[in-house]
Amino acid sequence: MFDALSDRFDGIFSRLRSRGKLTEADIDAVAREIRLALLEADVNVKVVKALISRLKERANGAEVQKSLSPAQQVIKIVHEELITTLGGTSGKLTMSPKPPTVVMMCGLQGAGKTTAAGKLARQLKGQGLQVMLVAADLQRPAAVEQLRVLGSRVDVPVWSAPDDGPQDAVEVARTALDEAARLGRNVVIVDTAGRLQIDTELMLELKQVRDVVNPTNTLLVVDAMTGQEAVNVATAFDEAVGLDGVVLTKIDGDARGGAALSVKEVVGKPILFVGTGEKLEDFEPFHPDRMASRILGMGDVLTLIEKAEATFDADVAQRAQESLSSGQFTLEDFLEQMRQVRKMGPIGNIMKMLPGMPKEMKNAEVDEGEINRIEAIICSMTAAERRDPSVINGSRRVRIAQGSGTSTSEVNALLKQFKQVQQMMKALTGGGKRPKLRGLAGMDLSQLQGGN
Amino acid sequence: MDPLLLVLIVALVVVLGIGGLVIARRSRPDVDEDLRIPAPPTAPDPTAPAPTVETVEPETEPETEPERVKPRLRDRLGKTRAAFTGVFAGIASRGKIDDETWDDLEEALILADVGVPTTTKVIDDVRARVSAEKVSDPARVVELLREELVMLLSGTDRSLGRAEAGPTVWMFVGVNGVGKTTSIAKLAQREVDAGHRVVLAAADTFRAAAAEQLATWATRTGSEIVRGQDGADPGSIVFDAMSAASTRGADVVLVDTAGRLHNKVNLMEELKKLRRIVDRTEGALQEVLLVVDASTGQNGLAQARQFAETVDITGVILTKLDGTAKGGIVLAIQSELGIPVKVVGVGETADDLIEFDAEEFVAALF
Repeated sequence: MFDALSDRFDGIFSRLRSRGKLTEADIDAVAREIRLALLEADVNVKVVKALISRLKERANGAEVQKSLSPAQQVIKIVHEELITTLGGTSGKLTMSPKPPTVVMMCGLQGAGKTTAAGKLARQLKGQGLQVMLVAADLQRPAAVEQLRVLGSRVDVPVWSAPDDGPQDAVEVARTALDEAARLGRNVVIVDTAGRLQIDTELMLELKQVRDVVNPTNTLLVVDAMTGQEAVNVATAFDEAVGLDGVVLTKIDGDARGGAALSVKEVVGKPILFVGTGEKLEDFEPFHPDRMASRILGMGDVLTLIEKAEATFDADVAQRAQESLSSGQFTLEDFLEQMRQVRKMGPIGNIMKMLPGMPKEMKNAEVDEGEINRIEAIICSMTAAERRDPSVINGSRRVRIAQGSGTSTSEVNALLKQFKQVQQMMKALTGGGKRPKLRGLAGMDLSQLQGGN
Repeated sequence: MDPLLLVLIVALVVVLGIGGLVIARRSRPDVDEDLRIPAPPTAPDPTAPAPTVETVEPETEPETEPERVKPRLRDRLGKTRAAFTGVFAGIASRGKIDDETWDDLEEALILADVGVPTTTKVIDDVRARVSAEKVSDPARVVELLREELVMLLSGTDRSLGRAEAGPTVWMFVGVNGVGKTTSIAKLAQREVDAGHRVVLAAADTFRAAAAEQLATWATRTGSEIVRGQDGADPGSIVFDAMSAASTRGADVVLVDTAGRLHNKVNLMEELKKLRRIVDRTEGALQEVLLVVDASTGQNGLAQARQFAETVDITGVILTKLDGTAKGGIVLAIQSELGIPVKVVGVGETADDLIEFDAEEFVAALF
């Protein structure tokens, strides 16, 4: 069901290749597939309609007709169209010329407002700003307590109503700005209660909170798993309080996230941040190109490249290149590369970003503890053993297992696996041809280069 | 060769290597499993914060309400329905059945998050009936569609199971933010009202203040709670809740678990372990309920599939149906996986829980 769009197109285009030219009927068939792919990704029906008509227009145009591979061309157009729709400045809040800058979070229940507030506070604090959190969610039991805990974890003060005092969100918001001035805070993040957009009473409260804090940024927090409803939610919140941006949460799930497209199309304001995990540092700027790939079911190669660029050490990369081209990829190199890769983040997350990964690997949650054990095993070997594992005999195995706190069967498994890695490396460097890699990993490397 | 590309290839091979290794290990029999699983709850880690059992005095009824009117699905969905009758009024008034009729019907279902495969299946069935019965009235088509949808949802037992002897356990699972804790509060209220003794197990030790939230509900509903500190082993809390329930003669144990995305294997394994702990008391675990937010899109099906595979869910609790979201994904869940909706949540107070009624639900879809 979640096949990449390109797979869906294969069937249609394979019969086109002999003819080379797209007829009206071909374009209709393609449009139907695109429509299905977008609907399966939860893009709103109305948004899909608008997109499809724009696409049909372009697909009829000369750029597709003249192209040698109409399939690639159509996918490219769809992708571009999505990027344009999703695009806009990302990752940047508007800073008030007259501090404090006030950020107000709003949205449905369970979208992840409180967590997003904590993550945003952490990020802004990291940029050297003086942040204060305001607990204006007095609906859900223990929401204030949750924000207090998050505040103490990121070491940011939290302003809230006294437990025994009146529980009035507007009052908390009103006093928050004085408190911010007293503490010399230049960013104030207001966490509000989750509410249904049709709950007139709570929507009125939200307007009152907005009026007293006068936010520089009003952010709608949207769950990436949201379906068709995203359009109604975004429209209603925008009409009620006027949105400046969107935070998309829980994108570490496997939802395709069509809601992002729906919301963006309706509100027209940028998606600023995405929540990518349960930890407070799992918070990133939004990338329209990546989201477009995801909605279409393509891999997230750009994130991977960016991460690789940011973390890979040039010297280590150089050494890797040398050992690869000499065909001598040893356990020492493996250890070094593994440490490099781990700097990019949890291995499980990286695997998910690779396009065309075998399903069982993509869905596997890699236990970092197991990788630690692999590292321990290699570290328990002598330099000579790492360079040439064939010298490892029975007694060496026992020693390595004891040294690393593992068992000899684990040491054996590692050695066997490493042999396979070596063979893969040889296959790669021996020919240096892409088809081999494709055969090995079942992936399409042209996407790698395309994203580069 | 582009050095960056090379780096990526190396990274890729290493990732594949590690991935293969880890998967190879995982598929091996249980030898390693014991290494991975932290201290079993039967032998609690002495350094771990001990879960505490708190008996909460039921709050005296604040202002005795004259009578608690049980809300019905239809009443709560009134305003949603009004907004959408337009689609069908349009179809019915068009006078004949054409392609546009079918497109409109399809669109209405997709807008309700029913999803493409289930929508296509249902529409095809209705089309077949329309041609077999030689229907020409568009209003009749709408009726047939309703019948078809109700049929899809019918024939299932929506009651919540009870243990023959000893405490009954219902476990609540789901992704983050769907309303597990609130749903537990509502069921706790219902059970307490029915004169049952209820124990809540606060096994969400991950999210900040989750136990606080449940404790507040325990006070409000007059239930007992078993909780540990943030970050405590959820397994030990479930274990303690089970023993507390049997020693105190509780009737129902409601197990709150931390929200987890269904694609996180480690967290799903943890859930499996929690289930195993409950399963030790034979016959106690009667329901494993997946909580699904009505605004969830097609991902809801993936959630249901994965949770079913991991902990064998017995039913769905559909929450937040008081908004404009239709919760059509439960149709797909029932149609593809055969897992029925058991109860529906429609608000934020402990009384906002209603029985699922297929006809009313379908009527509200469009």
